[in-house]
Amino acid sequence: MSWRATRIVFGKELRDSLRDRRTIISMIVVPVLGIPLLMFGVGALTVKTMMKARAEVPRVMVVGAENSPQVQAALHDAKNLQLVPASADFTNAVVEKRVRAVVRLPADFDAAVARGEPSQVEIFEYQGDVKSDFAAGDLDQFFSNLRDTTVRERLTARGVPVAVLKPFSIQRQNVAPPAKVTGSLLGGLLPYFIIVLCLTGAMYPALDVTAGEKERGTMETILCCPVARTSLVLGKFLMVLTASLGTVILALLSLSGTFLFAKHVGAHSLPPAVLQSITTLDPGALAGVFLMLLPVAVMLSALLLMVGLIAKNFREAQSYAGPLMLVAVVPSIAAALPGVELNYRLAWVPLVNACLAGKEMMTGIWHWNYLALIFASASLYAAAALAAAVWLFHREAVLFRS
Amino acid sequence: MIETRQLTKVFRDRKRGAVCAVNALTLRCEPGRIYGLLGANGAGKTTTLRLLATLLRPSSGSAAVAGCDVVREPERVRSLIGFLSSGTALYGRLTARETVEYFGRLHGLAGAALPARIRELFATLGIAEFADRRCDKLSSGMKQKVSIARTLVHDPPVMIFDEPTLGLDVMTARAIVQFIRDCRQRGKTVILSTHVMSEAEKLCDRIGIIDRGCLRVEGTLPELRAQYGAADLEDVFVRAVGGES
Repeated sequence: MSWRATRIVFGKELRDSLRDRRTIISMIVVPVLGIPLLMFGVGALTVKTMMKARAEVPRVMVVGAENSPQVQAALHDAKNLQLVPASADFTNAVVEKRVRAVVRLPADFDAAVARGEPSQVEIFEYQGDVKSDFAAGDLDQFFSNLRDTTVRERLTARGVPVAVLKPFSIQRQNVAPPAKVTGSLLGGLLPYFIIVLCLTGAMYPALDVTAGEKERGTMETILCCPVARTSLVLGKFLMVLTASLGTVILALLSLSGTFLFAKHVGAHSLPPAVLQSITTLDPGALAGVFLMLLPVAVMLSALLLMVGLIAKNFREAQSYAGPLMLVAVVPSIAAALPGVELNYRLAWVPLVNACLAGKEMMTGIWHWNYLALIFASASLYAAAALAAAVWLFHREAVLFRS
Repeated sequence: MIETRQLTKVFRDRKRGAVCAVNALTLRCEPGRIYGLLGANGAGKTTTLRLLATLLRPSSGSAAVAGCDVVREPERVRSLIGFLSSGTALYGRLTARETVEYFGRLHGLAGAALPARIRELFATLGIAEFADRRCDKLSSGMKQKVSIARTLVHDPPVMIFDEPTLGLDVMTARAIVQFIRDCRQRGKTVILSTHVMSEAEKLCDRIGIIDRGCLRVEGTLPELRAQYGAADLEDVFVRAVGGES
């Protein structure tokens, strides 16, 4: 094989790809514009929707109001609730969203409370509906306050101090540095995010330089050149890897830019937790995650190249690449789940290992023995995938499949 | 010179088992002559040409191109051939110049020799005026010219044409036929596959009729006509492949 030929093929493929609108979209437009849009667009929309839902005075219904005129009057006076007349089909009223929540008072409620007998107030809500959730929460709060007031009054009447109910208080304190808290929040997400970007950036170029070339007939032409097939496939592979890493780097730059913008300009449009997270990210951990995912990018690029080589045409290649995306994304989601922690067995599982290592690094834990083992195993898988792609490129049955 | 001896290619197919695409093919193409490989679709023409171009490896037998064995010296063989098929097979997003430059560099041309060769080719083929236009913006005739320039950039002594005029309009097809004649004039060894009888009659010095991978008959056009007592090549072909009794 000749590195000169590999360089020539790489240069041509890169130039060709950079002139392709579809590559530009997946490699540059999506990561550069997608991230700010996702953060500010979706983030701001979520905040706005929640604020709007919170600002709404919910329509609520009291069933069995006659059992407690006192409660009925207090609810009527509450500024954050709008009472509507009760009806027999109150559950339907909630389901059909005519009212956000319903409270049902048991028969003889006031008398039972006065006698100190146990009584149960029921709140009906539409689970999963934010506005219903807010209304039910308000009702819950109202009755909790009423219960506390009743208890306090009874204790006072018997001459017992209210503090008897709370002999001591409990306070939880966070001792983790803000960067580590952020790491815990984002540690699982970032490797997943990078893997998705690696795939997004590499997919189109990988299929274009393989299945696309077969379809256009240029594969036969290029194979007629006096160049070893290993040189050809390595040139193509390097271009796919460049597209993959280019996408990740552009996305990370866009992410950093978005964070800076959010910190200085757009703070009002982001939830405080997110804002705190982005201001305390550890750049060293970010670099570590990126390094750990390098062999993963090599492996995914080689796998996509193989998919393109096996397919007869671009369309067939796309139908194979879809399941590959799923296969690659599922382990990274599994690794991001809370409670999944790094051990020697998982250190050998492709993708899961790199994601777990990323998660650890983001939380400030640097197990060097694990990191070395994971980097070595990920490199091994990457080398195996690349060797398989080179081997496929030498197979007549694959190159001239019809 | 192209020479094959008992050249055989067997494909393994999951459904059909072993399929012999080329069966003990022996032929010889001389420099300055055009050898036409005539056959129906699926007769084994393209497989034969791919074996000669080292794209496929023979199952048995041997083939030599300009004295180089296709199995032992595949890269050397590829440096000695120019392969042109029916599709123009160009990179749509590259310009004509970039395309020819790319293939020139892959054929080992570098330094001042490459631009000089490109200038010469572009002048001969009339490409200069659209040299810097992207290939996907060119007409089919222009594309065919670029494709020829790509094939000739390293000035190969052996030319392989796989159904070169298939699907082309009359004017472009005529230009290709003229180009093949020019190759013969310049002393190149030319082998072409076709199923267009008139094209074979017009161009070929020697014709081999291939059917189901086997070379049924071979000779000059007058020899073939005399052998089968036929008026034209079409009759020869039909009788050679046993289409009519």
